[in-house]
Amino acid sequence: MEHYHMNLTLKVWRQKNAKMKGNLETYKVKDISSEMSFLEMFDVLNEQLIIEGKEPIAFDHDCREGICGMCSMYINGQAHGPWQNNTTCQLHMRAFKDGDTIVVEPWRSSAFPVLKDLVVDRSSFDRIIQAGGYISVNTGNAVDANAMPIDKKDADNAFMAAACIGCGACVATCKNGSAMLFVGAKVSQLSLLPQGEPERESRVLNMVAQMDKEGFGNCTNTYACEAECPKGISIANIARLNSEFLIAGLSNEEN
Amino acid sequence: MALDAKIPQGEMDKKWNDYKGHVKLVNPANKRKIEVIVVGTGLAGASAAASLGEMGYKVKAFCFQDSPRRAHSIAAQGGINAAKNYQNDGDSVFRLFYDTVKGGDYRAREANVHRLAEVSTSIIDQCVAQGVPFAREYGGLLSNRSFGGTQVQRTFYAAGQTGQQLLLGAYSALERQVALGNVKMYARHEMLDIVKIEDKARGIIARDLISGKTERHFGHAVLLCTGGYGNVFYLSTNAMGSNVTAAWKAHKKGAFFGNPCFTQIHPTCIPVSGDHQSKLTLMSESLRNDGRIWVPKQKGDNRNPKDIPENERDYYLERRYPAFGNLVPRDVASRAAKERCDEGYGVGTTKMAVYLDYKDAIMRYGKIEAGKHGLNNADDKTIFDLGKKVVEEKYGNLFEMYAKITGENPYEIPMRIYPAVHYTMGGLWVDYELQTTVSGLYALGEANFSDHGANRLGASALMQGLADGYFVIPYTLGNYLADEIRTNSISTDHPAFLEAEKEVNNRLNLLLNINGKQTVESFHKRLGKIMWDKCGMARSESGLKEAIDQIQQLKKEFWSDVKIPGAIDEFNTELDKAGRVADFIELGELMCKDALNRNESCGGHFREESQTEEGEAKRDDDNYSYVAAWENKGDSNWELHKEALSFEIVKPSQRSYK
Repeated sequence: MEHYHMNLTLKVWRQKNAKMKGNLETYKVKDISSEMSFLEMFDVLNEQLIIEGKEPIAFDHDCREGICGMCSMYINGQAHGPWQNNTTCQLHMRAFKDGDTIVVEPWRSSAFPVLKDLVVDRSSFDRIIQAGGYISVNTGNAVDANAMPIDKKDADNAFMAAACIGCGACVATCKNGSAMLFVGAKVSQLSLLPQGEPERESRVLNMVAQMDKEGFGNCTNTYACEAECPKGISIANIARLNSEFLIAGLSNEEN
Repeated sequence: MALDAKIPQGEMDKKWNDYKGHVKLVNPANKRKIEVIVVGTGLAGASAAASLGEMGYKVKAFCFQDSPRRAHSIAAQGGINAAKNYQNDGDSVFRLFYDTVKGGDYRAREANVHRLAEVSTSIIDQCVAQGVPFAREYGGLLSNRSFGGTQVQRTFYAAGQTGQQLLLGAYSALERQVALGNVKMYARHEMLDIVKIEDKARGIIARDLISGKTERHFGHAVLLCTGGYGNVFYLSTNAMGSNVTAAWKAHKKGAFFGNPCFTQIHPTCIPVSGDHQSKLTLMSESLRNDGRIWVPKQKGDNRNPKDIPENERDYYLERRYPAFGNLVPRDVASRAAKERCDEGYGVGTTKMAVYLDYKDAIMRYGKIEAGKHGLNNADDKTIFDLGKKVVEEKYGNLFEMYAKITGENPYEIPMRIYPAVHYTMGGLWVDYELQTTVSGLYALGEANFSDHGANRLGASALMQGLADGYFVIPYTLGNYLADEIRTNSISTDHPAFLEAEKEVNNRLNLLLNINGKQTVESFHKRLGKIMWDKCGMARSESGLKEAIDQIQQLKKEFWSDVKIPGAIDEFNTELDKAGRVADFIELGELMCKDALNRNESCGGHFREESQTEEGEAKRDDDNYSYVAAWENKGDSNWELHKEALSFEIVKPSQRSYK
């Protein structure tokens, strides 16, 4: 792999705090190696800003290996930037070339208010999980793990839904700011498994109710969430969410 | 102060049951009045907070990330061990116990390890009940794989994302307790001090990282579940935010630090590519099951690896350790890679890497597949394509990650790997009940020193975190709290709280007012380089003494020339980082002092003065069969206490992999 260096122009969203208005600021960075990750390029820029006596850009990040779900930049109009099935921390600078201008914004959604610069508040996701994204089993209640065989296909599908990292790219990329992919993934995981059966109906109803309460929009089947999901969570999970919701709603009315 | 590990009397395999049978209990009405603080929400913290909430305690949980689900346990790839013996291959609680004590190079406490092996089976049951989607066989039962040189298949896994799935299970249990009102969650909060009243831990000072304001929180007991301190090396596989601050504050308030120099350096990581590097990425140990590790036989060979013929390659692990080959334990594999690179045989642009080659494995699997399909005269290309598919199924996500980071195709070109800091076996000293030397202050998971001795076996970190949180602390904490039922909640206006908060704010002001010229990051990088060069894979008396001097110098420079922008009462990530790096600098000095004191090689700790003629690690059981527990006595001053280790069951012997 040939390595190269580049000079770039960055237009980055700056916003002092949740109450102030923000704007795009322009910065230049020089001699960026194609081997760097996108966030390492941001580290270089921040070091430069600190030396110049300016405030560094606040951005969320932690594991830097694509699994914690904390990084969250909207890069040139795409959640997590131009690569498919990828988080911002795993985006590398060879995706860009010398002289490029890169626009970096925070997630934009009314349910994810900006806290500072590129950092948003995603606690609405935690509250959706609190509404029912679990199986009610206290520590010590469990039977032997192999007492209940589970069809490998169901287990595999549950795993694929459970691969969601809760980053919020699906919401940020959706024109409606919908969280259906996130909610669908959790509802699917738990409804595919026999352990999730007892709370199947209340779970989906409560999680959807909380999702609406948090101000997430509805789904109009644009598939943008699936295209931008760094973990390739399938929109089949939204279909399953809809069907679970319908069944639960109907049987709930009977009661 | 004499160290009392409080190991129960009786036979090894009865200690835990006897303990549980006689431990003091807290009745439900009293539990409702008792408050517990849990710092950190990884596997240990989330499982502890959820379990204690279920039991009826009033829990407050803290994490510095934006959600408890982000804790770094999430990044663990390979799996979790449990002595289920589902594979009928002769596994048992005793074997898991034995392997862990031996793997730890006889520097772990036997009673703790035995308990860990005992509760391991309940962890798998609990996680499955929560809906953790472990890998399964076609019959619907759980699948296992082998790991880290053990002879049985006892590792449960969820593809390469086992840590993520286990953490999401614990996180969901935690969020359920939040919804029920039993746990109050404080995300984006960092613990900055322990509050002690009459020699007992009674609360913490935390800082809201959004508003920058400090807060005082009372608890009848405080649990630190704050992970390891590998980031003292700057470059490690830890998350960027992983830090030692909570454990270090506890240390300065009287908690002894156990075996601080015991660091695990993992052999298979993607090598450093340049000065810009912020962190390193692990490639799962499972890759060594099939891959072959080599370097060119000729120094400074710059040819494309594909053009280097078989007879000019040195498969150095297979050469040095014919019995175990590429599957030697982590510490041995790491040192062997370093030895080759130091001698000038390294590869890649930096020459600090070795090859991990899958070509033979692909061809081997390809031939098997061709046989299955009846393709007797298949050409090499067909065999390669068939084999590639098999490797893709087993390791696809890891190969993909490698390709993303390096831009190279690992199916075609051998991967370049090099050891990197991964885990710290050392941590706060705890007794059998996981209590530190401060009453009411506990340490769980990687934050304590207890179970892995001088070297941790693969797939054991997840096991220990969940064992401590789900199955140990719910019993042992009650033994302490049963005597606290008459203690009413202490007002956070108590002078001890106000004093601690004032100290925290003074320190923040002090940091911010230095107004120097060098960034926090630049200090962290310099500390990391000192630690890696002198307290990394090989340590020597002269090197460690130099390192101690350099760190003391660095500390002075930091406190007179660090530059931190912004203010205190706002979201200020540089200020957060500055506090953590200041603590890392102090820890670095203690690690070097501990390494200097331990004039033997054991596990991940390799003293150049203590090796065999063939260059293998040489333990000194006569003089160093103890846990080094360090008591802080003020600035750059520590007193060593020793907890003697006695091995009733697993008799120490020199490990050999030849």
